[in-house]
Amino acid sequence: MPERTDPGRDTTVLVDLYRTMARIVACDQVLRDAISGGQVALAYYSPRGQEATAAGFAAALRPGDSLVTTYRGLHDQLARGVPLKPLLAEMLGRAGGTGKGKGGAMHIVWPDVGLHLTTGIVGSGLPVAAGLAWAAQRHGAGQVTLVSFGDGATNIGAFHEAANLAAVWELPLILLCQNNGYGEHTPVAGHQRIASVADRAAAYAIPGVTVDGNDPTAVLDAVTGAVDRARAGGGPTLVEAVTYRLYGHVFGDQMGYVDPAELAAAWQAEPLERFRLRLVEGGVLTDEEALAIVEAATAEVDEALADVLTWPEPGPEELLTDVTGFPGESP
Amino acid sequence: MTDAPTPTVSVRAAITRALGEALAGDERVVLLGEDIADPGGGVFGVTRGLSTTYGADRVRDTPISEQAIVGAAVGAALGGLRPVAEIMFMDFLAVCLDQLANHAAKLRYMSGGLTPVPMVVRTAVGGGLGVGAQHSQMLEAWLTHVPGLQVVVPSTPTDARGLLHSAIASDDPTVFIEQVPLLSFKAPLEDRPVPLGLAEVKRPGTDLTVVTYGRQVHDALAVATTLAEEEGIELEILDLRSLAPLDTDTLLESVGRTGRAVVLHEAVVTGGFGAELAALLSEHLFGQLRAPVLRVGATPTPLPYAKSLERLALPGRDRLLQAVRRCMAHPG
Ligand SMILES: Cc1ncc(C[n+]2csc(CCOP(=O)(O)OP(=O)(O)O)c2C)c(N)n1
Ligand SMILES: [Mg+2]
Repeated sequence: MPERTDPGRDTTVLVDLYRTMARIVACDQVLRDAISGGQVALAYYSPRGQEATAAGFAAALRPGDSLVTTYRGLHDQLARGVPLKPLLAEMLGRAGGTGKGKGGAMHIVWPDVGLHLTTGIVGSGLPVAAGLAWAAQRHGAGQVTLVSFGDGATNIGAFHEAANLAAVWELPLILLCQNNGYGEHTPVAGHQRIASVADRAAAYAIPGVTVDGNDPTAVLDAVTGAVDRARAGGGPTLVEAVTYRLYGHVFGDQMGYVDPAELAAAWQAEPLERFRLRLVEGGVLTDEEALAIVEAATAEVDEALADVLTWPEPGPEELLTDVTGFPGESP
Repeated sequence: MTDAPTPTVSVRAAITRALGEALAGDERVVLLGEDIADPGGGVFGVTRGLSTTYGADRVRDTPISEQAIVGAAVGAALGGLRPVAEIMFMDFLAVCLDQLANHAAKLRYMSGGLTPVPMVVRTAVGGGLGVGAQHSQMLEAWLTHVPGLQVVVPSTPTDARGLLHSAIASDDPTVFIEQVPLLSFKAPLEDRPVPLGLAEVKRPGTDLTVVTYGRQVHDALAVATTLAEEEGIELEILDLRSLAPLDTDTLLESVGRTGRAVVLHEAVVTGGFGAELAALLSEHLFGQLRAPVLRVGATPTPLPYAKSLERLALPGRDRLLQAVRRCMAHPG
């Protein structure tokens, strides 16, 4: 029997992390196949490669905590527990989607699990997350808000304003930067002079930590530290999870701007297989158990997509509703 | 009911009072903005006294960060509070419009109703104060162009208090516009609700409807008095109060009856809210209009600093009078 991986860590936590990652990867695969196969059409920002980051941070949160994410948010949404069918239905513009098909893939929300905003405007989730954290601070029940954003987003003013406000107000906010190496086609070295995004924390006198975003337990531990601090009234933390965008910016990206050797190395070290090996070698899972988890995830997503494809689009009666709650609203 | 005389108060005092009532009446109400806490209570003193009474954690000073102010208001609203944010000058909406236009306005719709955003942004406009082009512009048309935003412009203490209460009670984002020269305008404060989306006929008339809002209502009333006394022309003065939602029923009823309309607003005419009103009137009342709908507003210039030029740029009683005359001269 090999030495068990992560002695002292609950194996169910490890298996749950793997299951979450496998589900993200399965969902990503099924969606990309469906787009390639012409079954569905949407602007799709694959999170593949960042699944360990999402699984890790989600495991550090509790019910009642809030989450704000971005257009590249499928991994975050699944990890946080947005139900699969309404999520897929929204991506497909169906009436049964999270937003009745009126928001779309970039705007998934599910308040039941604390997901109050998915935004398509780079960086703009941060000020909103600060407000959610303020509400939690006033509420006084120890809830925290985690906002997920990219490396590129740290160059926009909204990042700075929100980080500073959160610091000054000591808000229970975790600023989680998923540094995937690029903002669209621009590598990190082309958009910032500092070596690490976490260095920015110094400007706000808050802790800034960098973790391996492809290692779910490293993310879990780092975010848990930040969450504990926030719950105890210690204010915000900037966590930089260093990860990689394995399929480029948006579906169809030819990635001509990426060094092929860099991409090959990233695939060599891709997070799901890396974690699987760790769990199998460490005796937490057998090969068969790991495979069964992947197969179950794929089957679940296949069934969900097939079902959701039969769901209707929103009817014309939906066009003018939900603009405001003002009675008789309509042009 | 008592027969106690209605107190005469300023628009400023009416707003302060409404904010205090809202803070007292609902624990979820919070205020945020630059220097809104005591002793200053905002650069115009509108929030004076409130942080002392309700606590600096509910009436909260912010860094100079308009995106964070409006964004935090959006988030606080999503998190169950009823935030009232202050943006010191309306011109500064230019640095935080993303949070208003892309977030506050759209989140209810994009979530199919799951995430309404009950928040208010109070913002001041300095036109007429001689503070130059970056502290003076009425930009309501930027806001009314975005579905999902509500926009109100009070003209009296009673409306200021009533509209602010309605805005805070509303489940949707509302921008509440405070024209600074109006803050010291005093009138009896009547204790009555003022719902969103309800215009008020301030003076009934038969010959022509002046459609207006905010401090220009008082210019319109003055012109109406002069014209009635000197020329026997009876203007109807319609105070819209709420631009979004808009009380189209009252608007169309009034202009349908008088057959003539002049729109008066402080904003630049080009692309202004008056263009929307003129279009609505011609779409609905084409056959009944006895003259083209005319618009009176600021000249298409950044607002000049020199008093001599600022006076020329902003719409005044003279320009309204000229427009009314042109309209009345139309044979119809
Ligand atoms: C304010 C704004 N500017 C530009 C864009 C266009 N855009 C969409 S994604 C993106 C790159 C963002 O990079 P990063 O923050 O690193 O996130 P990633 O896509 O890598 O997850 C850009 C420039 C946008 N959506 N919003
Ligand atoms: Mg990136």
